This record gives sequence, structure tokens and C-alpha cells, in this order.
Amino acid sequence: MAPGSASSPSPSFPASRPWAAVGAMAAAAAAGPSPGSGPGDSPEGPEGEAPERRRKAHGMLKLYYGLSEGEAAGRPAGPDPLDPTDLNGAHFDPEVYLDKLRRECPLAQLMDSETDMVRQIRALDSDMQTLVYENYNKFISATDTIRKMKNDFRKMEDEMDRLATNMAVITDFSARISATLQDRHERITKLAGVHALLRKLQFLFELPSRLTKCVELGAYGQAVRYQGRAQAVLQQYQHLPSFRAIQDDCQVITARLAQQLRQRFREGGSGAPEQAECVELLLALGEPAEELCEEFLAHARGRLEEELRSLEAELGPSPPAPDVLEFTDHGGSGFVGGLCQVAAAYQELFAAQGPAGAERLAAFARELGSRYFALVERRLAQEQGGGDNSLLVRALDRFHRRLRAPGALLAAAGLAEAATEIVERVARERLGHHLQGLRTAFLGCLTDVRQALAAPRVAGKEGPGLAELLANVASSILSHIKASLAAVHLFTAKEVSFSNKPYFRGEFCSQGVREGLIVGFIRSMCQTAQSFCDSPGEKGGATPPALLLLLSRLCLDYETATISYILTLTDEQFLVQDQFPVTPVSTLCAEARETARRLLTHYVKVQGLVISQMLRKSVETRDWLSTLEPRNVRAVMKRVVEDTTAIDVQVGLLYEEGVRKAQSSDSSKRTFSVYSSSRQQGRYAPSYTPSAPMDTNLLSNIQKLFSERIDVFSPVEFNKVSVLTGIIKISLKTLLECVRLRTFGRFGLQQVQVDCHFLQLYLWRFVADEELVHLLLDEVVASAALRCPDPVPMEPSVVEVICERG
Amino acid sequence: MEDDAPVIYGLEFQARALTPQTAETDAIRFLVGTQSLKYDNQIHIIDFDDENNIINKNVLLHQAGEIWHISASPADRGVLATCYNRTCCCLDSFVALGKSAAQLLTALATSSDSKVLTCAAVWRMPKELESGSHESPDDSSSTAQTLELLCHLDNTAHSNMACVVWEPMGDGKKIISLADNHILLWDLQESSSQAVLASSASLEGKGQLKFTSGRWSPHHNCTQVATANDTTLRGWDTRSMSQIYCIESAHGQLVRDLDFNPNKQYYLASCGDDCKVKFWDTRNVTEPVKTLEEHSHWVWNVRYNHSHDQLVLTGSSDSRVILSNMVSISSEPFGHLVDDDDISDQEDHRSEEKSKEPLQDNVIATYEEHEDSVYAVDWSSADPWLFASLSYDGRLVINRVPRALKYHILL
Repeated sequence: MAPGSASSPSPSFPASRPWAAVGAMAAAAAAGPSPGSGPGDSPEGPEGEAPERRRKAHGMLKLYYGLSEGEAAGRPAGPDPLDPTDLNGAHFDPEVYLDKLRRECPLAQLMDSETDMVRQIRALDSDMQTLVYENYNKFISATDTIRKMKNDFRKMEDEMDRLATNMAVITDFSARISATLQDRHERITKLAGVHALLRKLQFLFELPSRLTKCVELGAYGQAVRYQGRAQAVLQQYQHLPSFRAIQDDCQVITARLAQQLRQRFREGGSGAPEQAECVELLLALGEPAEELCEEFLAHARGRLEEELRSLEAELGPSPPAPDVLEFTDHGGSGFVGGLCQVAAAYQELFAAQGPAGAERLAAFARELGSRYFALVERRLAQEQGGGDNSLLVRALDRFHRRLRAPGALLAAAGLAEAATEIVERVARERLGHHLQGLRTAFLGCLTDVRQALAAPRVAGKEGPGLAELLANVASSILSHIKASLAAVHLFTAKEVSFSNKPYFRGEFCSQGVREGLIVGFIRSMCQTAQSFCDSPGEKGGATPPALLLLLSRLCLDYETATISYILTLTDEQFLVQDQFPVTPVSTLCAEARETARRLLTHYVKVQGLVISQMLRKSVETRDWLSTLEPRNVRAVMKRVVEDTTAIDVQVGLLYEEGVRKAQSSDSSKRTFSVYSSSRQQGRYAPSYTPSAPMDTNLLSNIQKLFSERIDVFSPVEFNKVSVLTGIIKISLKTLLECVRLRTFGRFGLQQVQVDCHFLQLYLWRFVADEELVHLLLDEVVASAALRCPDPVPMEPSVVEVICERG
Repeated sequence: MEDDAPVIYGLEFQARALTPQTAETDAIRFLVGTQSLKYDNQIHIIDFDDENNIINKNVLLHQAGEIWHISASPADRGVLATCYNRTCCCLDSFVALGKSAAQLLTALATSSDSKVLTCAAVWRMPKELESGSHESPDDSSSTAQTLELLCHLDNTAHSNMACVVWEPMGDGKKIISLADNHILLWDLQESSSQAVLASSASLEGKGQLKFTSGRWSPHHNCTQVATANDTTLRGWDTRSMSQIYCIESAHGQLVRDLDFNPNKQYYLASCGDDCKVKFWDTRNVTEPVKTLEEHSHWVWNVRYNHSHDQLVLTGSSDSRVILSNMVSISSEPFGHLVDDDDISDQEDHRSEEKSKEPLQDNVIATYEEHEDSVYAVDWSSADPWLFASLSYDGRLVINRVPRALKYHILL
């Protein structure tokens, strides 16, 4: 076994291995060299490896014990068991091994392996010897032990034989003794029976007196027990006269007893437990259970009704009603406690009654319960108006908690469900109350704003600015909403007994609070705001325009931030988690935006109307034919500019500037040229020449072809410029229409020219697209020129001078 | 469809006044009055040849002044009434005002007319134009003829005629004119050559009250007239000249025009500066029956179709003409009721099916052919499916009700 040998698993062998190797060699020799199997050439596929390894271990053991060599040899064991060069393998072939050694190894190595082999063989021989000796000794000692055991067993057999004979003798004796004592034993048994009978008889004879005594002493329980014991016997032997007498006596006494018990029961002064005892005894006396049941309930009813009456008295209008918490406490301990006791006693006493009895109790509880609920609801209704939610919730909690106990006892009566229903109803009403409160608060805010707006401004000191008012309104509404949320949140607090009911976990949160309260409020807010657009505004502006503007901004703020904030707050606080569809934030936002848009559009209309009225009156009431040469801009135009500026300031307080079209730096100059120089020549000059009446129209029509149609009352965007543009558009279009209805003298036309230029000078800065102002004012002047039989326009420089002076 | 395309006719002058030739029931003919301060005003008689889609025009000179309102007699095709501005040289106003002589001179030099009066008169057009002459347009324009004045509806006390309305069913003898705050009923006598003021009433109240528009109801034996002043609508009984109903604040702003439903006696439509068209039941004046808000500027004109009152036409200064279908408040809310025996069963059946469809009020069409404010729209008196609209720049557009709708209504 050279260390270089590929098949050698390890250099050191366990004690058994050499043996295996030896056996394997022998086996291999017997089987003959297997042809073609070289070193490392395993005939087995890898798939058979696991069982092969096990089999190899078995094979080795078998080899060790020398069992079925052929079989072990026939089975290949392990990946290399057939390797004929493996010294430890089963198929070791000395010839092959030697051949291999001789072929492969140099002489020195051959020598080494030879010495090594010799050394190993020697060691194996000595080991074998040691083992043989050890085993031999063990066999010797085992043989000795077996021999000793043989002797001992022989002794024991003898003793057992003796024991058997002795036992037989004993049995014999015992049988004889039994036979002699037989008849005496029978006599004793008989005597004992007689004795017992006599005692029973004595008890029977003494029974009437005992019963009487018991009744006198008031030990009804004892009496009933005696009676119970004797009853059956007396019943059986009643044909005997003596027994009959006893029975009669007993019956009389029992009747009296029953009477007394009933008496006591009816008096009812004693508490429920004593009554229960009476009923129990009466039942034992065989009184009809049905009747007792009725009576028991009737008594209980009396007591409970008293409780209800006292509750009702608390409700009464005259004495100052105790707070709702005290009330429910009282009701809980008095009525509900009583009901619990009754139910418990009843179930104990009349358990035998079966479902009919339970049904009766349930009906009883239902009836009284409903009366109790009616009282509670009346009390809670008184509470509806009040503001203190925490007290109410605590009271409801107590109420609900107390009713869970009888609920368990009286599942059929459905008290717990009814109680939950009441709590739910109260919660719903509460929500409604809060919604109403929020609406009122909103209206209150609006009234405040109106007053603030209407308040006469103290000279020099401005009232609260619009922005400030808006902030006030927004914060006050938000705080109201938060307060309401906090108040209704109490209903879902963990420590409240009803908060884990499905209603409070699901519907209350989503449908009640989120939909009903918050969404409902926001919707109603939008509606309230929209209502300002519809009715009164038309007939003279009952709504101050500033309020419209403020509301519009408020709604817009809601759209951008507040709604999502409030809803997130709600969702967080109430963990809305059910399948009810809820209004998405986007829908609400869209509604708010629409409201804001309508309000703003209405604002534009109202303000536009104010200015247009002013312009219309100014055009309609003047005699344009006989007017004098213009020296000034008319006051109304200054007023228009002033008002527009005021509106601009007002809108600027709440809305952003907005985008305007790019404009040249010297707008006013450019504006001026519209009336004076190039375009005017193009447009008005032909109308002075009588030969071409068509040209004016033609030119202005061509002009119009290239200008876009102006939608006068168009929706506005949420910025200052758009609002102002809307207002100015409405005003100027009005001016145009009014001018077309009049006839102008030369100076009338010039006045219009001056006015329009003045407007041009001041209005362009407000609008998104100053071209629009040009266009409209152009048309005004053009129309005025057409409506003038003698159109001689003023010199542009003069117009300019007048406007600058004015 | 080619037939549905609008036909456009251009006038040389600004124009506001338009009327169908009411007495004419065969030819489609409209009268348009122009407004010009510098030239002689004209009345264009516009014949529309439905089959060839051609417009023939005849021009009459109306030298009295610019025309603000025109209306044609319901009985005589040749008779019409106009409200026109009379420009007069009123020196006395200057004298009365005590102006200096220099100013007076400049005033004389610069403007010959310093005061404008709106008057009304009844005219007769030349016989050959009555029934429309189909000469070529060139000829007629070159030989402009003049109207023959029948009579002035003049009363020195009342100037500023706002409009003139003929009794709709009568023999063309009765006319109502509205002047400032007066409502005047005239009798035309001696073949319309003389107008006698039969009765009058006036509106009293705070401020300067001024009628803007009026219509004569075709119901109740033509004894009712409705007028508009400021935001108020009023009904008058022509027999006693007393007010019978009043709709205060009918519109948020000035009421521009009104019209009676030709088939439902208590219904009337009004329009105004609040961009709205409102429909009223005069028995309940507190609430309008219906409100339309389609225009984006003042609505100047509203007209019911003469035979199918669900068709309502409106013209506005947003340059649009809108045709609306107001089925729900029309006399045929369930479609055309077929009761004629001569209609075959099949058709009968079909029409029943049609009538079962829910009919909804809607805008049928918005016509945007105009570039300027539309001040007048009206239906043709001959063809109920045809209407004309007139914008300030002198553009007259003739349009038809869409065919699909026409057949829907008829069948």
C-alpha cells in the first residue's frame, strides 16, 4: 500500500480495515480478475452512487463476519470496489496490482512499498492475535455463567412444588369455615334491614310535627326538603290507613307552608334574591311553574317599572334635569341592573321551562327595554342641541356598556342591538347637528364680512382689507371644521365600548363623517356661494361685489389646497376603510373651481354693469349735436378710470397679476397714433369724400376680417388681468352700442375722440391684450364718425393736450 | 346641402330696420331701411328667388331721413310705415340758449342740423314694385324711385317715435306708435292718406320713461299690445288704453325687444341687454317660463316663427343669430299632431312614433355670417322656413331652417 496509490482512501487504517482488505483479497481471488477494469475506471454510473455506498458498508461488515462471501463479492461495493488494484476493495486482484506496481513504479518505490507492505502485514497479524485472545476470554466466562444458572433453577422448582400443596390445604379450611357461618350471617342482614325500615317509619310518623316545627321556626327550606323526601313513600303507601293519616297531616301542613311562602313572595318587600328563594321552594313543593313564572315576572315588572318611573321623573320638565351622564348612570344601575338580576334568577329558576320560558322572559325584557329606550331617547333628544360632545359620548358609552350584560343573558330580546341602534341614531343626529352648525358658522362668517364691507370707512383709516377678511373667514371655517371633527371623533375613540361596532368602524367614518359632514359641508358652501350668482345680483346687486370676489377666492383656495387638506385630515383621523364609494377629492375640487369661476364671472358682470350703466347714461342723456367744442375730458370718463382703478386694487388684493401680452414700452404713445395718424387716414378719410360711400364699410369690413371676434361676456380666468379685461370689454362694448344709437355733431365727435383717447391712456395697463382696448375704442370712434353728418376730427396734438391736462 | 347655404346681400349703408312684406304671402320679400346721415336713405325691396337662390333688389329713396324702424302693412302690400330721424335746423335752440353770435355763426357754418327728431310716417311704394319687379338689379338701382308719402303720424307733442306697429290681422287701418312715454293709437282714413289719433295713453313715473319696443298681440281680437320700457314689460288693452299686466324687472337690464307666440295666446318672448331671452306666460308675471342664455352680448331681436312657434330666432350684438327650438313651451310640445284624414295609415304610424320621442329644447343652429352687431332678424311671411338677419354694416343674410329639422317638424 504505497502512499502514491490512487485508491488508498487514507494513510492510517482503523482496526477493522485490514481485515476487510484481507477478505476482499480473498473474494477477489475467488471471483477472478475482472477483465478490462483499470484503475479509476468505475463501471457504475454516478446515479447509483448513494445506495452503492450503503451497500459497500454492508458488504464490508459481511466480509468482516465472513458471511455469504460470494454474495458480498458479487455485489460491487462503492465507486472502486471492482478496482482490482484497491487493496481494501472486494475485487482486489494481486496479479493486476503487482503488474501495475511493476509497470508503474521505479525500483526504489517498489522497494519502499514492499517494506511498507511487510510492515503493515506484520501489524495486522499482531492485531488479529490480540483480538482472538480477547474474544476467547469472553467466551470462557459466558460458559461459566450459564452453568451456574442451570443449578439455581433446579432449586427453585422444588420450592414451588411445596408452595402449591400448602395452598391447597388453606383453601380447604376456608371453605369449611364459610359453611359453618352461613345462616348466622343471613339473620344479621335481615335485622339490619328491619332497623332501617323502622327508622324510616319513625321519620314518617314524626313528619307532621317536624314540619309544623319547621314552619313555625321559619325554616321553610328544611320543611320543603322533608316533605320532598316523604312525598314519594306516602304516595306509595296511601292505601294503609295510618300512612294516609300522616299524608293528610302533611298535606295540610304543606299547604300552609305553601300559603306562607306565597304570602311572603307576594309581599315582595324583600329583595330579589329572597323572592327567588321563595319561588325555588314553591317550585319544589310542586306548585305550577307556569303560574309562578307569571307571578315572578309580574313582581319583577313592578320593581322595574318603579325604576322607570323614577327615571321619567328625572326627565320631567319641572325639576332641573340632571346631566345626561348622571341620567344614564342612574338608568344603568337601577333599571338595567334590576333587569339583569331578574333575568339571571329567572333563568336559574325556570330553566326547566324550555324555550317557551325563555321566550316569555325575552318578551318581558323587550317590552320593558323598549320603554327604557324610549326614556333614554327622550333624554338624548334633549341633549341634541347642546354642544358638549364628550359628555354625551361618555353617557352613551355607559349606556351601551351596561346593556351588554343583559344582552348576553337575553340574546333573544335584542337589547344590545337596540342599544347599538340608539347609539348609532344619536351619532347620526350628532353629525347632522354638526353639519348644521358648520353651515350656520359659514353664514355667520358671510354676515360678518358683509358688515365689515358695508361699514362706513372712517376717513383716513381703511377698514380691514379684503385679504385680511378672507384670511379671517378661511381660518374661522377651518377651525370650525376641525372642532367638529374633533367632536365627532370622540365617537370612535378606542375606549368607548361601541367604537368597534361595524357601523362606527365603517359607515360612520366614511358615509357619516367624510361624506355627510365634510363633503356635505363643502358642497353646501359651494351652493351657498353660487346662490349669490343667481337671484339677487341681477336685480341691483344685493350682494356687494367685494363679497363675490372674496367668495370666489375662498373657493379657489379650497380647490387648490384646503379641500385636500381637510379630507386628508379626515381620512387620517377616521381611517376610512370600507367599501362604500366616497367622493374623490378631484370631484370636490372641480365643484369648488366651478363655483369660484362662476362667482368671478358674476363679479365681472356686476362690475361691468356698473361701469356700463355709467357710460350709457352719459351717452344717452347728452345732446351730442349741440355740444360745444371739447375743452375737457368728460367727468364720467375720469370716473370710469377711477372706478376701474379701484376695482383693480380690489381684485389685486386677492388675485395674482396674471399674464399679459408683451407690450411696447410707450403704450400710450402708440395708442395715440391709432386715432391720429396712419390708421385714421386709412379709415376715416374716405368718408369725407362723397364720391365713395362704399369705402368706409369696405375698409372697416376688411379690418374686421383680420381682427378676431370678441366675446364680450366670456368666462374669466383666475387672475387680475383677466378680470379687469372682462370688465373693460363689457364697458367699452356698451359704449360702442350706445354711440351707435346717437347722432353726433362735429364737436360731439371730437368729444368722443377726446374721451376715447383718455380711456386709452389709462385703461391699457389693466388688460391682458391692449390691442383689445385699441380695437374697441377704434370702433367707438369710427362709429361716432359714421354717426356724424359733419365729421371733422380734432387735431391729434390737441386731443393729447386736452387729455394730459384733464 | 347647397340649398342650405346662406345667401348674403350687402347694402351700401349702415342699416337697422328690417321687415318682411307682411301682406305678401307668395313671394319671399323683405324690406330694409338704411341709416345714413350724409346721403339719401333708401329702402331696399329684396326679393328672394327660392328656386334659383337669387336675390333681386329694388331701391326706393327715402329722403326724409335715416330709418330706425320699418314695418309693413298687413293688408296692403304697397303700404309701409317707417320711423326716421328728421334733421331740422333749429336756430331757435341756440337763440333760446343765448349763445353769442360768433358761436352761432360757427354752429351754422359747421352743422346745418343741430337737433334730431324721430318721426313716423306711412308711405306707399310705386305700384310696379309692390309685387316685385324682376328686372335686373342694375336697372333698378340706376332708376331709384321715390316713396309716396301717405301721411305723417305726427303730433307736435310727441316726438321720438321708437316704433310703429300695425294691427296684425286687420285691414291695415290701425297703427300704434310708441313715442317717448306715450302709446298712440292711430286710425288711417281715406285710403291711408290721413291719420287720426284715436286714443293714447302715457306712462307716468319717476325719471324719463321711454318705450323701446312694442308688439301687437294677434290674439284676443287684436286688442292687446305689449310694450317694453327699461327693464319692464307692459300689456295694454287697445280698447280702453289701460294697462292690463306689467312684468317688472323682466330683464336685469334694458329690454330690447319682444314678440308674441302666434299660437299660444298668453305666451310672449322678450330679450334684452342681460344677454338673455325669456319666455313669459302673461298670466303669471313673477317668473319666466323659460330662460335662454346663449348670446354673449345684448340680444336686440327675438322673433317667433309665424307657423311653428317652437322656432325662435334671436339676433345679438355679439354678431350671432341663433335659432332655438323651444319645443317644451310651444303649441306642439309633442311634435306635430296629425289629425288629417287624408294622411295614409303608414305615415300616421310614423308620425306617432316620432311624437313619442322626447323632445328637448335646444339650440338648432348658430349663424355667424355677420361681422357686426345684428340689430334685426325676421321670418319671411311667405315661407315659414326662411328668415333674414341684418347687421349694422349693411349685410343682409337669408338663411333657412335646417332641412332635417324641417322634416322632423313636418312629418
